[in-house]
Amino acid sequence: MRYHPHTPEDVRAMLDATGAKSLDDLFRSIPEPLRLRRPLELPPALDEIALFAEMGRLAARNQASHPPFAGAGAYPHHVPPVVDQLLLRGEFFTAYTPYQPEVSQGTLQALFEWQTYVCLLTGLDVSNASLYDGASAMAEAALMARRLTGRRKVVVSEAVHPEYRKVLETYLRAGHEHLAPVPFGPDGRTDPAALASAVDGNTAAVIVGYPGFTGVVDALPEAAAIARKAGALTISVTTEAVALGMLQAPGALGADVAVGTLQSFGNPVQFGGPAPGFFAAREQHVRQMPGRICGATVDKLGRRGFVLTLSTREQHIRREKATSNVCTNAGLCALAATIHLSLLGKNGLAELARVNYARARLLRDALGRGGVKPVFSGPAFNEIAYDVGDAEAVVARLARKGIVAGAPLGRWYPGRPWSKGALLCATTEVHTPELIDLFARELRG
Amino acid sequence: MANTTGWKPSMEKDTGGAAGADEVGLGGATRGLAYEEALVFEQGSPGRTGVSLPPRGGAHDPAAELPASLLRGAIDGMPELSELEVVRHFTRLSVWNHGIDTGFYPLGSCTMKYNPKSSEALARLPGFAGAHPLAPPEMVQGALELMHGLERALSEIAGMDSTALSPAAGAQGELCGLMIVRAYHEAHGNPRRKVLIPDTAHGTNPASSALNGYEVVQLASGPDGTLHPETVRAAMDEDVACIMITNPNTLGIFERHIAEIARIVHEKGGLVYGDGANMNALLGVARPGDMGFDLIQYNLHKTFATPHGGGGPGSGPVAMKAALAPHQPLPLVVKEGERYRLVTDAAERPQTVGKLREFWGNFGMFVRAWALIREYGPEGVALTGRLAVLNANYVRARLKDAFHLPYETDSLHEVVFDDKAQKAHDVTTMDVAKRLIDHGFHPPTIYFPLVVQGALMIEPTETESKETLDAFVAAMRAIAEEARTDAAALKAAPRKPVRARLDETRAARKPVLRWKPGMTAE
Amino acid sequence: MDFPEDLRYTREHEWARRKGTQVVIGITDFAQDQLGDVVFVELPDVGDPVKKGESFGVVESTKAVSELFAPLSGKVVEVNDPLTDAPETINEDPYEEGWMIVVEPSDPHELDALMDAKAYRAFVEEQE
Repeated sequence: MRYHPHTPEDVRAMLDATGAKSLDDLFRSIPEPLRLRRPLELPPALDEIALFAEMGRLAARNQASHPPFAGAGAYPHHVPPVVDQLLLRGEFFTAYTPYQPEVSQGTLQALFEWQTYVCLLTGLDVSNASLYDGASAMAEAALMARRLTGRRKVVVSEAVHPEYRKVLETYLRAGHEHLAPVPFGPDGRTDPAALASAVDGNTAAVIVGYPGFTGVVDALPEAAAIARKAGALTISVTTEAVALGMLQAPGALGADVAVGTLQSFGNPVQFGGPAPGFFAAREQHVRQMPGRICGATVDKLGRRGFVLTLSTREQHIRREKATSNVCTNAGLCALAATIHLSLLGKNGLAELARVNYARARLLRDALGRGGVKPVFSGPAFNEIAYDVGDAEAVVARLARKGIVAGAPLGRWYPGRPWSKGALLCATTEVHTPELIDLFARELRG
Repeated sequence: MANTTGWKPSMEKDTGGAAGADEVGLGGATRGLAYEEALVFEQGSPGRTGVSLPPRGGAHDPAAELPASLLRGAIDGMPELSELEVVRHFTRLSVWNHGIDTGFYPLGSCTMKYNPKSSEALARLPGFAGAHPLAPPEMVQGALELMHGLERALSEIAGMDSTALSPAAGAQGELCGLMIVRAYHEAHGNPRRKVLIPDTAHGTNPASSALNGYEVVQLASGPDGTLHPETVRAAMDEDVACIMITNPNTLGIFERHIAEIARIVHEKGGLVYGDGANMNALLGVARPGDMGFDLIQYNLHKTFATPHGGGGPGSGPVAMKAALAPHQPLPLVVKEGERYRLVTDAAERPQTVGKLREFWGNFGMFVRAWALIREYGPEGVALTGRLAVLNANYVRARLKDAFHLPYETDSLHEVVFDDKAQKAHDVTTMDVAKRLIDHGFHPPTIYFPLVVQGALMIEPTETESKETLDAFVAAMRAIAEEARTDAAALKAAPRKPVRARLDETRAARKPVLRWKPGMTAE
Repeated sequence: MDFPEDLRYTREHEWARRKGTQVVIGITDFAQDQLGDVVFVELPDVGDPVKKGESFGVVESTKAVSELFAPLSGKVVEVNDPLTDAPETINEDPYEEGWMIVVEPSDPHELDALMDAKAYRAFVEEQE
């Protein structure tokens, strides 16, 4: 077995040193009735070539002919091969949590750079070293708001990603918090009157998408003003981080906490995971922030270095009084994003956002020529919902041609006038103008 | 024949120089050419970029649709580097790290086994990497088949009936497990308020319990390092929802009273939750489901070698008995005839606790774990646990005269020493750990579990050879000797890495958590 | 290790000193030594009530968190605010500059129930 280096001679010598007569002897502390005395029922072992054939067979059953035209929380972007080659360096890839900072400065400095990128993108003061995903980041933000305000009600726009909202519900149920959903209007933005009436002295936080699941950029400044007046925190949620290359920073528009995923940088869609959740907040809230945090310091010789810090918030010290139970972060995914953002740089990021924005308009124009129009009137970034008549039927029809057409919104928003027809389509820099034309023709049917 | 180069090669005599700094550690660590490397934000020049982007394809102006207040231009502070500058930056940073690929990494409880490279190639197959989570099921049957296969395998290995794959990490698996426990008890009419947790438990256990609104009752382990039935009996009542047990526990010791403990808890209607962080010791040897556990979370990044990547991502599937399955989080993968389907609708599983994460779980890690299980087959999986335990016991046998063993009880896959023998010379576990770095080894886990003062937890894993273990033992023995003869040398360690001991106090008192323009290198 | 004679002590390693009708409270030399470098301290506000035996705040080092337990009941009348920016004062001078709060006691006799320096020293020696 190539991963087990032990030769029979090794085993014999090592058993001798321990005084055990056999490998089985080493398990004498396990009472006999608890021992498994049959082989595990697993598929038979495969050599590497057979393994690749079998895994290749599974991968081939997932083939699509083109990059998906779906986003909805997982965005197909171009990841330059450079990212992977750097990511796969064994010193990054096979290292663990930087408990021994002297031999983990690579990981730690990269995390410090990730934290800085998150602050630059969100316009907030502090960031943690990443969380499991955007949905749990949003849930953690709600829990933090509860701790800070002492209030139990969380007001969340229905335009926020439905998966994220289900996760929030699951997390809040544990602590018996109260979730108050607020509808969105025909422009795809949270209904301001409904929001104002839902937010009161019991509200810990107001959560809006930026952009939201309708594809529309929500009215964050107005929502933040309502929240602030009631003494609640404003949480913005971003699932398509490339938007932050063009949109104003949520922190500059009144968000107290900005969460979401940076999957769009450096990470493939990978059937939904893993990806790096991000969490940014104001400086005064740093001690209530969940997750690991990396900080700068100096070593014994006065040289700048980095360490995990403010650890007393975390579970390994506070145990049941911790801010959260989070242990691992999404280090590898965060590193991929950090590398990709470093390659993009100031102008690359801004331009990438403009390319995404333009490609979405190309699709809108092409569909418009065939009489297919957007469902919502509000401004979008690279995702727009179109009325295609029967969204589920269109998705099924295009699936037969190997095209993932988008996300039929009726699945999450039944009973609206547009439920049957609304198809949320994303276009990014990987969708060429020719491909967009092809897709528009296929959609129009 | 003239030599026109002007260079006459010859070996020059060594004129002497700083001795000692060149000593080669017993793990092979020596000096090398590492580079000082500034932050990426401190480098580059305006106008540089490291990407090749396509043309926009249209002249659409965002200002036509979005108000100016919602737009911003290029972000100040973002770096501007060429591709080569970025490559050098991260290459140089990587060299500062010690990874499994560099050398021995015996972090107890973390199971730092080799990360197979074939798994990386497989995870990157376009059919896996490019599969969209919302693609119609007929377009992703391969992904669903893989998840179904993994679910069956994980259930079999743990001796359980069903496994929820979605939790993102071990801690999230615990959270999920406790939510299932609560849902189960609510459905049975008595939500119960307490969770029993032994003092050897990982911090995530009480944290996860508190997050679920439970009161944590800590139980003292016995002098042999195991939890005794009488202790559990005294604390068990009908207000206890569950007991959370790691088996083997964080001392590396098998909780041999587990069957009796499970009986005691079950008798009063409670459940037995397993923290599966130490599953590596049990693979193919014993199964939690056969011992009385009702549910257990895996850590794929430990037991199934998915990459640790500097701290994550993990993957924490939760395996459970049939009685708890109705409460498992969504989605699940079901096989209907020859087709696979994701069940995502709560209407189909009305007793579900809900969702813990967006989409379906860390699929990228499922691919890697499945590849390992497929390559190993049943024999390979069963051999893994046996060799992991052999390695730990070998290290224990060869170090027990140099370091103090707080418990005489048998160790399985990890062994815990402490610094009692070194304290006499004012040398601590921290000093031992830092000195190991100069030898070329990543230190073991230190100061955990909390029941042992100055704990040193060594988990070799099965992928390490006898030669590596011998070198590690030699280094540890040399350090024990140095503690007696030259404690000051230990306290000065580490000297070889790019950074010496770092001021963690300063980092906590005056937190600097991001780069800002004007930030200096001190 | 210092055990000033004029102070009273608790089993959780807080000290109390009479100041007129009021009582000054902090943590002992032993406590700061056990904690290591203090990085953060969380104290109540002026006007907050404190209850004997209950937590009134938290003191942290990089690796440990310790709750602060009130040696007696009463109302907080003064808080040592500079400690927030200079938590190291607790390590450097736990009995003087490192004072934490001043309390107006609701029952001045509660102070008498605490250990004197001799008893506290014996208690500490038992711990080690």
